[in-house]
Amino acid sequence: MWVKVEPRQEASRRVIYATPVLAVGLTVLSGYFLFLFLGLAPAKTLYHFLISPTLTFYGWSELCVKAGPLVLIASGLAIGFRANVWNIGAEGQLTLGAVGAGGVALAFWGESGLWILPLMCLAGILGGMLYAAIPAFLKTRYEVSEILTSLMLTYVATLALGILVYGPWRDPMGFNFPQTRMFSDSALLPLILDGTRMHLGILVTLAVAVAAWMMMARTVIGFQIKVVGLAPAAARFAGFSRNRTVWFSLLLSGGLAGLAGTFEIAGPIGQLVPHLTPGYGFTAIIVAFLGRLHPLGIIASGFLMAISYNGGEIAQVEDRLPQAATGVFQGMLLFYLLACDFLSRYRIRLAATRREASPS
Amino acid sequence: MTITVTRRTFLAGSAAAAGTAVLGRPGRALAADPLAVAFVYTGPIGDHGYTFAHDVGRRAVEAHFGDKVKVTFVENVPEGPDCERVIRQLATSGNQLIFSTSFGFMEATLKVAKQFPKLKFEHATGFKRADNLAIYNARFYEGRAVLGDIAGRMSKAGVAGYVASFPIPEVVMGINAFTLAAQKHNPNFKTKVIWANTWYDPGKESDAAKALIDKGADILCQHTDSAAPLQVAESRGVYAFGQAQDMSAYAPKAHLTAVVDQWEGYYIDRVQKALDGKWTSTDIWWGFKEGLVGLAPYNAAMPADVKASADKLKADITSGAVHPFTGPIKNQKGEVVYADGKKASDEDMLKMNWYVQGVES
Amino acid sequence: MIAESIVNISAAVISASTPLLFVAAGELVVERSGVLNLGVEGMMLMGAVAGFAVTLTTGSPILGIVAAAAAGAVMALAFAVLTLTLMANQVATGLALTIFGIGLSALLGSGFVGQPVPALPKLHLAGLSELPVIGPVLFGQDALVYLSVILTGGVAWFLKRTRPGMMLRAIGESAASAHSLGLPVIRVRYLATLFGGAAAGLGGAFLSLSYTPMWMEGMTSGRGWIALALVVFGSWRPWRVLAGAYLFGGVTILQLHAQGAFHLPAQVFSMAPYLATIAVLTIISAGPWRGRFNAPADLGKPFRPSV
Repeated sequence: MWVKVEPRQEASRRVIYATPVLAVGLTVLSGYFLFLFLGLAPAKTLYHFLISPTLTFYGWSELCVKAGPLVLIASGLAIGFRANVWNIGAEGQLTLGAVGAGGVALAFWGESGLWILPLMCLAGILGGMLYAAIPAFLKTRYEVSEILTSLMLTYVATLALGILVYGPWRDPMGFNFPQTRMFSDSALLPLILDGTRMHLGILVTLAVAVAAWMMMARTVIGFQIKVVGLAPAAARFAGFSRNRTVWFSLLLSGGLAGLAGTFEIAGPIGQLVPHLTPGYGFTAIIVAFLGRLHPLGIIASGFLMAISYNGGEIAQVEDRLPQAATGVFQGMLLFYLLACDFLSRYRIRLAATRREASPS
Repeated sequence: MTITVTRRTFLAGSAAAAGTAVLGRPGRALAADPLAVAFVYTGPIGDHGYTFAHDVGRRAVEAHFGDKVKVTFVENVPEGPDCERVIRQLATSGNQLIFSTSFGFMEATLKVAKQFPKLKFEHATGFKRADNLAIYNARFYEGRAVLGDIAGRMSKAGVAGYVASFPIPEVVMGINAFTLAAQKHNPNFKTKVIWANTWYDPGKESDAAKALIDKGADILCQHTDSAAPLQVAESRGVYAFGQAQDMSAYAPKAHLTAVVDQWEGYYIDRVQKALDGKWTSTDIWWGFKEGLVGLAPYNAAMPADVKASADKLKADITSGAVHPFTGPIKNQKGEVVYADGKKASDEDMLKMNWYVQGVES
Repeated sequence: MIAESIVNISAAVISASTPLLFVAAGELVVERSGVLNLGVEGMMLMGAVAGFAVTLTTGSPILGIVAAAAAGAVMALAFAVLTLTLMANQVATGLALTIFGIGLSALLGSGFVGQPVPALPKLHLAGLSELPVIGPVLFGQDALVYLSVILTGGVAWFLKRTRPGMMLRAIGESAASAHSLGLPVIRVRYLATLFGGAAAGLGGAFLSLSYTPMWMEGMTSGRGWIALALVVFGSWRPWRVLAGAYLFGGVTILQLHAQGAFHLPAQVFSMAPYLATIAVLTIISAGPWRGRFNAPADLGKPFRPSV
């Protein structure tokens, strides 16, 4: 008897829904032994890790706060990834977006007006776009890989933010500490629900994810992006410009990352500080692929990542789980999710002879 | 010290916020229950630097109080949108006294403290206080002045190299205190500073240390977390000072001493006060005198008179006879900032953003 | 005095460049076979902790270096099983491997924090090491430095001059065509991925045994990412990758010496290595070689031979 692997013609819905469940099951099993090995009460730790973040209303509001920037950035990145445009510098675009929006907030500090927030969003989007325009220009003009430029520019962005918050943008009343003034109320996103940190940006994020879906499914540019990504030769034949796709997807993903940065500083943070993001720009890449580059999948995977982060914090607080073990558990969860994807695309059967077995 | 909260009136705000606050689990305050104490760290406890030193204090609390306390800690909490959730999580899960140990947690600690007026909070190295939010800090510059005193005697070239992290007042103050003390022995003493632009990257810290030695420094001081600069000093045959704790294991020959962060005494004191029901929101900036700042054992290579000089300075600072920032002090342009005999105020030091003459940065 | 400075600065540049070179040379082979493994940071850290732990407990740096390579390869094996056998998405799996490796290395290494280990001995070649300036720079480094250069040369030779190397390149350009010619696509990709993992492990060991002989959590501080960018910089050619690693390492060191000039904030100088890499690559790409150096055509694309 040999294992035989064959591709499925079309993945059945049942399998698509069943595979994540299987993945979580395997994670729970492995996590059980990991936590046991670390001398913790495994069942309790697992409960805190995976269930606790979703138990309370406040818990859900925090999942939204955490998933928001991931979903917003991933929605933009996914479109580029479909066109084989490898923007891995969303972290930098987020930072420059925050600088743009923060600049507006500081310039009009103390003033009130409904126009301040929209202006900040505009500046944030522009900041992200301008920063993404550098890799786009170098790629289309000189064939310089956007992987290198966008990644390198991320480090430059963090340092640029540092120049401002350690220097001219410091709070004049803040004992020369590296942070700007707290923004005025007009520069802060309204909360959707009192007592939580759920802000208006989260609704905008959902709208953007849906809009991205519509664009990819219904519009000509969405179709072009898919063709350029899947069949570059066919795209050239059809007269679709690769350069235009590069520009479009980098500006779009950069703009959305910049908007995410705006929401972070106008939402949970409320000022510019040297460390704006716990790696949202990089985590969003996982979120995009885990969600199979599909907007709805991205929302689901964004929340899953948020659970694994917030749950890891709860397990640290409640069970003294070492922070390092959080990473190990998260890694395992991702491995299983990615591996179980296999089952939705391939059928595994027992075969009688070796000849039919997969050569791999 | 005279720190006033400048941007908002928190004291008024906390009573108003009480109405909407979510309280900790009821029943926790029973006498038989252990006091739940929590620590929030910005780095890993395995950084062997700043966070490690706080964690030494956390372990001392556990050892001292045994089952009278239940201690929790969360490490590697990023400064940014996440820390508020973590601190809030600690508050809702029944912790009654929460220490947040990094400047970057200031706004988040303040917000959560407002939401939980019955719980006690303490924030290290910041400047915003509330009824249930105490602030604490250590006068590390006192220790750095003693390092400068030693450097002024031990450096043949009269040039020290300073591996610095970021230009915040804490770091600037340390560089100045170090340089001023060294100039007492050698008026031409110079401190060359290289900014690693990181708190924690052994490779970059080591690169910076090498560059400083190549620029002529024959003694190194650091305000970054890893022992990498000490290892460079050891291999290049120059002297150096450790950071946050005794790092002599990494550089037995080069390591002269180190400013040691000794949070233990403060943490034990505060937990005791909370247990006794005597905890109040205080604002302390302690140094040698109160034991918050200490020195690692001297290297045997230090001549007896250098040790004696260092001990004397330490004793004088402890007694208050000497203030490390006493005029005449000139800035880099040569302008007199403090006239003869004039001392810098605490507020001046806490917002220090200029360098004394002799610092090359 | 000047000679001494040259020697010292060169030594610093070599230290800063060598870990990048190890990782980038390994990743280059992986990518030439058509596989994109973004998990280098995780593999490096596992190499760093394994190399340190084994050296400390056995007292043998050689065993430590072997353990580091093995640890990196084991991590790469997990990646290979997921992406090559189970066809998981390579980008996401690589990033997951990074998260996993950062956590696992910190967990395994928690007992080793704060312990020193003697730095790797410098090799001295009788006669040559005594030459002025050139001697100590070229012939006074530790074994891993030489190994990194030998590895680069080996990779260049392997890819260009050997049959398996040509097979590997063919597979990276078009797995389907290579498969139809009877080449063992999956097996070659497995071996390439394991090699990349081992090289990343060596890069990590260089950090924890030579550059800064100690173990601390997350001590790679993003060097894996820089190495990934350097593969692109070198347009998937070994000697260009070496040039890129030394360019980056060189600017990293020189900016420290330049700090304080022109009254600019220190952050401006810290930007230099990143900007220099972009600038040099742009100049190269705009020059007469333009368009000649593209990524392997099948990079990152999954391949499963049909039965």
